[in-house]
Amino acid sequence: MGDPLLDVRDLIVEYHSLRGCVRAVADVSLSLEKGATLGLVGESGSGKSTLGFSLLRMVPPPGRIVGGQITFDDKDLLRQSDEEMRRIRGSQISMIFQDPMTSLNPVKKIRDHFIELYRTHDERMTKEEAVSRAVKLLDSLGIGGDRIDNYPHQFSGGMRQRVMIGLALALEPSLIIADEPTTALDVIVEAQILELLKQLKAEHQLTMILITHNIGIVAEMADMIGVMYAGQIVELGPTEDIFEDPLHPYTKGLLESAPNIEHPERSMRPIPGSPPDLLNPPTGCKFHPRCPKVFEPCPLREPALLERKRRLVACHLYD
Amino acid sequence: MGVSEEETYGRILVQLLPRVGALRRRGLAGWAILAGGTIVTVLATMTLLAPWISPYDPIAINVGPLLSPPSSQYPLGTNHLGQDMLSRVYSGGAIMFQVSILSVIVCLLVGVPIGLFASYKGGYTDKVASLVMDSIYAFPGLVLAIAIAAMLGPGVVNMALSIAVVYVPSYFRIIRSQVLTIKELPYVDAARMIGAKTRTTLSSYVLPNVVPSIVAVATINFADAILTAAGLTFVGLGLSVATPDWGWDLTYGRRLLTSGAWWVIAFPGLMVVLLALGFTLLGEGLSELFSPRLER
Amino acid sequence: MLESAALSAGNSYLARPDSFTFMSLKSYVIARILLTIPMIMLLLTFVFLIIRVLPGDPASLHFEKNVDPTTLLAFKKQLGLDKPLLTQYFDYLIGLAHGDFGKSMQDYSPVSQQIFSAFPATLELAINATIIMVVLGVFLGAVAGRYYNTMRDHSIRIFGIASYAIPVFFLGEVLIMVFGIYLRWFPAGGRMYPGLTPLGLTINGTHYATGLYVLDSLLEGNWEKLSYAIRYLTLPSLALGLVLCGIFIRLTRSNMLETLQLDYVAAARARGLKERTVVYSYALRNAFLPILTMMGLQFAALLAGAVLTETTFSWPGLGRYLVDRISFRDYIAIQGVVVFFGLIVAAVSLVVDILYAFLDPRIRL
Repeated sequence: MGDPLLDVRDLIVEYHSLRGCVRAVADVSLSLEKGATLGLVGESGSGKSTLGFSLLRMVPPPGRIVGGQITFDDKDLLRQSDEEMRRIRGSQISMIFQDPMTSLNPVKKIRDHFIELYRTHDERMTKEEAVSRAVKLLDSLGIGGDRIDNYPHQFSGGMRQRVMIGLALALEPSLIIADEPTTALDVIVEAQILELLKQLKAEHQLTMILITHNIGIVAEMADMIGVMYAGQIVELGPTEDIFEDPLHPYTKGLLESAPNIEHPERSMRPIPGSPPDLLNPPTGCKFHPRCPKVFEPCPLREPALLERKRRLVACHLYD
Repeated sequence: MGVSEEETYGRILVQLLPRVGALRRRGLAGWAILAGGTIVTVLATMTLLAPWISPYDPIAINVGPLLSPPSSQYPLGTNHLGQDMLSRVYSGGAIMFQVSILSVIVCLLVGVPIGLFASYKGGYTDKVASLVMDSIYAFPGLVLAIAIAAMLGPGVVNMALSIAVVYVPSYFRIIRSQVLTIKELPYVDAARMIGAKTRTTLSSYVLPNVVPSIVAVATINFADAILTAAGLTFVGLGLSVATPDWGWDLTYGRRLLTSGAWWVIAFPGLMVVLLALGFTLLGEGLSELFSPRLER
Repeated sequence: MLESAALSAGNSYLARPDSFTFMSLKSYVIARILLTIPMIMLLLTFVFLIIRVLPGDPASLHFEKNVDPTTLLAFKKQLGLDKPLLTQYFDYLIGLAHGDFGKSMQDYSPVSQQIFSAFPATLELAINATIIMVVLGVFLGAVAGRYYNTMRDHSIRIFGIASYAIPVFFLGEVLIMVFGIYLRWFPAGGRMYPGLTPLGLTINGTHYATGLYVLDSLLEGNWEKLSYAIRYLTLPSLALGLVLCGIFIRLTRSNMLETLQLDYVAAARARGLKERTVVYSYALRNAFLPILTMMGLQFAALLAGAVLTETTFSWPGLGRYLVDRISFRDYIAIQGVVVFFGLIVAAVSLVVDILYAFLDPRIRL
């Protein structure tokens, strides 16, 4: 086992506004082996998308990465210049966005999207070459080459997402970050896209981070699961272990809130309360106001992320 | 006897301060309201207290050497008539305040009822009113004010009326856009169904919801009124020479520029800018507060 | 934030894009032209009422001291002010249809002559001020949007608000003081060095001049006149442009923020596209149409500001003519100028609306 492809240490991302400071990502550490898929799960506002963006160093202002380290392919991403980072984006790390309707430029044909992409990263490539590569790629994704002259609005949702995936894979990146790739799609199309992703994963040995709030998806796709709450990782470990025996109460809550055919008595119970206001976060463990298992130390100290039962978990129950 | 003046002020401050704190937390809008409000209050107070704090009579001529630069005796210098600029600056805002307050009142009295009624009624009334208002709105404001003021003659009331005519459409539009949304709301419909008279529906249901936007528009309107009033004075449609007025100083001070006497226009000009800025900040902050736009 | 209510309530009640996605271009243009007619009629009637009806009798008002009835009557006869009001109204309308803006109260000369000879100067000022206003506003707005929530952003926004609060004639006076009198970089007033009026294109001895000095000196090929024309033009355009650029800053900034937040912009960045490509060809292009619309909306404000600017800089345009006529109590001339202004604004706004409909992809596609 060599060095992990991606290694994140103590990452802190903050948003500063005139109203105060929000810590969207608080001391997150994780690492990813080549070829593995990490599923990052959490509610809205848990920081998972921000984490995804910070890997590309694309945290939108007023957000800023204020601490920690990101090592990708032996490169310190936080030390790269803007130009170097720009070159990495799309070619070594790429991103699949949530809503393919709004992620594709509505006034540009698909062929122009690809031409732009190829030529930005390789100025010597001719338009014809770019187009022929694009056609081949789209073909393998199930989109006929003749559709390359269409505009995004002329595609169905599922096909648009395939186009997005095509753009993400075009330059054969080592790491793909998929931010809620199927949330905007209906269930059947979702299944198709997930199938496609699984297939591509196998074919190209992709390393992938799958960000979603739907814990059902990660069950199928991910080797490892990271559960995030209020900017922190509360549980991180192999998928099967976490599904079989979730340790953190929040993880348990997430699993119970999803429909479960095999254990219907365990399912469809929502987690009470709502996500915390990060301008004034709760003291101690940020989950404690909603936690069914809360006891004395919870409001007082933040639990540390410790290794228990083949995974990492941050909860005083397991201190 | 009861409460001393200091105590009253203290009580008022005590009630205001926590609100100030709340404002600070409201980000940029709160800051704008605070800044704008402070500027306006300071300038208003200065103008009100002018008779007591002016070292000289602002209209008395020859109180000092003609056209002398700022010095310790005349901190803002004197103009070509030998009038003390500091005293003129202190009291020069009075006309501006009067004209703008009056024009805002007229706008409210005319624009609000028309706006409420026409947009609520809909149909032809609305179309005609909108057409008229849009025609006025599209027209260059100052030019229209000039036309009216030229015919009405000088004077505070006439200036205020000219300005009011120009700005009534702004009120109309804001109210109309609000009313159009509100009148479709269920509880207004409910009122209509139980047979409430139009007048009642308008005053008790629609009006209260429209008030915040009216306040915001009126505040920004103050700033526009001030600038238009200054403009009217500049083209010679202001008041007679006797009254101290920043606009007047800006107008007549222009001739003195070639002799290098910058102080005659600089300070009154600065005051006009400050006052307009104060009202603008206040109005922008209020309008943001009442209808915040989602930013991230 | 700090978006003025005016921005959102900016469109007339005949609100544009959303209600026209179902209408074809042709029917929109026709509808728009048809709408202009009642507006112009209203405008003309309104001005008529103000000048002839409001004070009661513009003729008597014209004479400062008491004037004997015979002279007054002769005066009125000359100007057609003795006829019944309704007749006056129709004469006025018909006259306007023929380009007759009335006779000056001072010397009975046709006002239209003065208007058309003074207009090019105002036009040139307006064009230049627009260039400065838009270029400055869009540039600053783009910077503010790009560097959202930083000091750059805040200071640009404050500048945008503050610049509108400055009376244009005050700014003009300051500019004259600093650059005209103190530094002597620019002239302190006027439009051209005496005797150097550009002649435009000369064909067979006849001069074809547009009245726009910059253009005319280029047509003449005279670099000296060109440089003078530009130097005289700079300060007034700067004053007018600076005061009005605030709204463009705001518009561009908010448009940039909206667009830069858009997913496809983030997606483009995530593909490693150059920042400049992303900002300019994606984000700014989106702002183009609103900016065009705003230019049309601001035209009225531009003309109003021109009146003050021309007076400050002794710029021989329509605005200065208007102010001039005020001191002479020449009410008919004032009426003529005001009507002219209104017509110009109506024409410009019509053109802009049609242009917009033409360019809006939603209508075209």
